[in-house]
Amino acid sequence: MADIAVTRKQVGVRERGAGPLLKRLLGYTALVFFALIFIMPFVLSAATAFKSLPDIQANPVSLVADPAYGGWTTEGVEALNSSRVNLPRWTFNSVVVTVFVVLLRITFGSLAGYALARMRFRGRGLIFALILAVQAIPGIVLAIPRFMVMKELGIINTYTGMIVPLAFDAFAIFLMKQFFEQLPRELEEAAALDGASTFQTFTRVMLPLAAPGLIALIILSTQGAWNEFLHILIARIGRPDLATLPVGLAGLTAAFGQAQPWNTIVAGSLITIIPIAIVFFVFQRYFVQGAAASAVKG
Amino acid sequence: MNVSGGSGNRPPRSNLEEEKTSTTLKPPALGRAPHRARLDKREPLLGWLFSAPAVLGLIVFLVIPIVAAVWVSFRDWNGIASIFDSESVGLANYRELLTDDGVRRTDFAISLRNNLYYVLGVVPTQTIIAFILAVILNQKLLKGKGFFRTAYYFPSITSSIAITLIFVFLFQTNGAVNRVLPFQDIDWLDNARGVIHNFLGVFGVEGPAFLTENEFMGLELWDWLAGPSVAMVAIMMLVTWTSVGTFMLIFLAGLQNISPSIEEAAVVDGASSVQRFFRITIPLMRPTIFFVVTLGLIGTWQVFDQVYAGTQGGPRKTTFTPAYLIYFQAFTNSKAGLAAGIAVILFAIIMFFTWVNRKVIRDTGDF
Repeated sequence: MADIAVTRKQVGVRERGAGPLLKRLLGYTALVFFALIFIMPFVLSAATAFKSLPDIQANPVSLVADPAYGGWTTEGVEALNSSRVNLPRWTFNSVVVTVFVVLLRITFGSLAGYALARMRFRGRGLIFALILAVQAIPGIVLAIPRFMVMKELGIINTYTGMIVPLAFDAFAIFLMKQFFEQLPRELEEAAALDGASTFQTFTRVMLPLAAPGLIALIILSTQGAWNEFLHILIARIGRPDLATLPVGLAGLTAAFGQAQPWNTIVAGSLITIIPIAIVFFVFQRYFVQGAAASAVKG
Repeated sequence: MNVSGGSGNRPPRSNLEEEKTSTTLKPPALGRAPHRARLDKREPLLGWLFSAPAVLGLIVFLVIPIVAAVWVSFRDWNGIASIFDSESVGLANYRELLTDDGVRRTDFAISLRNNLYYVLGVVPTQTIIAFILAVILNQKLLKGKGFFRTAYYFPSITSSIAITLIFVFLFQTNGAVNRVLPFQDIDWLDNARGVIHNFLGVFGVEGPAFLTENEFMGLELWDWLAGPSVAMVAIMMLVTWTSVGTFMLIFLAGLQNISPSIEEAAVVDGASSVQRFFRITIPLMRPTIFFVVTLGLIGTWQVFDQVYAGTQGGPRKTTFTPAYLIYFQAFTNSKAGLAAGIAVILFAIIMFFTWVNRKVIRDTGDF
C-alpha cells in the first residue's frame, strides 16, 4: 500500500500552472473534511469520558471540561465498575473468549490448511468445496439453528458455547492454505529424507515457515473475536455475567432508560475500541492483507 | 466487507481489498496437487486426520445449522424446550409471515420495507463516497495520503457496538450532531416519521385514499411509501460512516491497476481531468464498482448490531429489519420456528446477491 504514490509519479504526466495548485487545495480540503468526520467522534468521546454529566448536557460538543460543572472528572470511568456496569468482568470474558478462539483457530486452521495445500487424499476437493460454500453463510441466518445445536449439545450459557463455534472458521483454513502453498516443496522433501515424519515436518519445518500467515491469522482473529457480538449474545442469553465487552455495552442504554450516563457509556466504548486500535496501528499491513484475502473469498 | 456491516454491516467479514496491493493471496486453482513422489504412504490417512477437527466443527456448527434452519422453520418451536419436543406445523410459519393477516406478517412487511430503504440509501452513498475518497487519495499531487487512508479505514476495524453507542450519544436531541448541523434540533433516534412522508407533507400530501385504503402484506401502500424513518436515517449514516473505509481500500487497489500510460495518452490527446474521470476512470473501474455494490447489497441485508444497540427496532418498529426480527421473534417472542422462517427467506435474498457477486468476480476475472 505504501507505494500508491510512487507508481504514478514515475510516469511523469505533469500539469503546470494554477491548475495543480487549485486541485491540490481542493483535494486537501476534501481530505481534511472527511478526516474530521472520521476522527472527531473518537476525540469527542475521549473528552466526554472525563466530563461530568451536567457538563455533557450543557456542552455536548466541547472538547474541554467546563470548570462551572466541576471540570475534568473520573466519575464516569469509576462507574464502569458498579452494579449495572461490570466492566472488569466483561473485559475478563472478552479476553478469555478472544484468547481461546484465536488459539483454536490457528490450530484447526493450520492443520486443515496444510492438509489441503500439501497432501493428496480422496475427498480433498470435497473439503475445499465445503469450505468455500460455508464461507458465504451469514451469521444472522445461522443464529437460530446454531442456538438449537448448542442447546442439544448442552453448551448454551457456557464458555464452551461462546468459544467453540467461533473456533471453526472457513476463512482461517483458507488463509493458512494460501500460505502453505507458497512455501517451496523442497523443504518437505529434505525433511523427509532426513527421516522426519509428516507430523514432525509440519510442526518443525512448515509451521515456523508459515509464521507470517500465522501472525496475520492471529491478528485478524483477535479483531474478529474481540468484536464478535451476535454469537456471544445468543450463546449466553441467560447469563449476564458471561457478557463480553460488546454484549455488556449493548445492554447499557436499555438498562439506564432515560438518564443515560454518557461519560460511562463512551468510556466503556473506548475501552472496547482501544486494544484493537493498538493492534491495528502496530500491524496495519496485516489488516490490508486480510482485506485482500477476504476480497478473494468474495 | 463489513459489508456488512458487520455487523454491519455485519457485512460479511468487513475487511476487504483487492489483492494487487499486498502480497500473494491469489486463490489457487481448485484441483489436484502437482505430481510428485508420495513422501509418506500414510498420506491419505494423515490428510483426513489433519482436516478432521476442522471439517467436523464446520459440519456441526455451520452445515447442520444451515440445513436445520429449513427444518426448524416447519416446526412450532419456542426456543426454550428441546427442538425434538416441538411439533411439525408444515407451512404455518411461512403463512404467518407471508399470507395470514396479523401482526407477524405486518411486522415482517415493515422489516422488509425498512431494510429496502436502508439498502437504497446506504449502498449508493457508501459506494460513491468511497469512490470519491479513493480517487482523491490516488492523486499524485497530494502528500500525507497514508495518514488519511488510515483515518478513513480505522472505523471499519472497531467494535460495531462501541461505535453504535458513540453514535447514539452524538445523535441525542441535545447532542453534538444537532449542535453542529445548522437546522432546528431533530429528535433523531425517537423520530418514526418516514422521510418521504415528511417530504410529501411539505407539499400538503398526507396519504391519499387510494394509498391508505389498499394494502400489501398487511401494510398500507401509503406506509410502504413512507421511506426510512428519521431514526433509520441516523443508522444509515452510522453504517455508511463505518463501511466507507473498507470500500475505499478496494477502489484504491482497483485504481492502482489502471495503467498510467492510458491516462498519459489521454493527457497528450488533450482530455481534461473531468473527461478523463468519466471516459477513462469510471469505465475501467466498472468491474470494481459492481463488486463493491454487490458486497454492499450482501452486507446491508444483514444489519443487526446497530439496530440492537442503537434503537432496539424502535421507534414504532421503524428500524425493524429482517435480521433484527429473527432475534426478536426467537428470543423476545419465543417464536423460534417463525424466526427460522424469516432466516430462510433472508438467506434466499442474501444468496441471490452472493451469486451475483461471484458471477461478477468470475466474469471479470479481476478478483
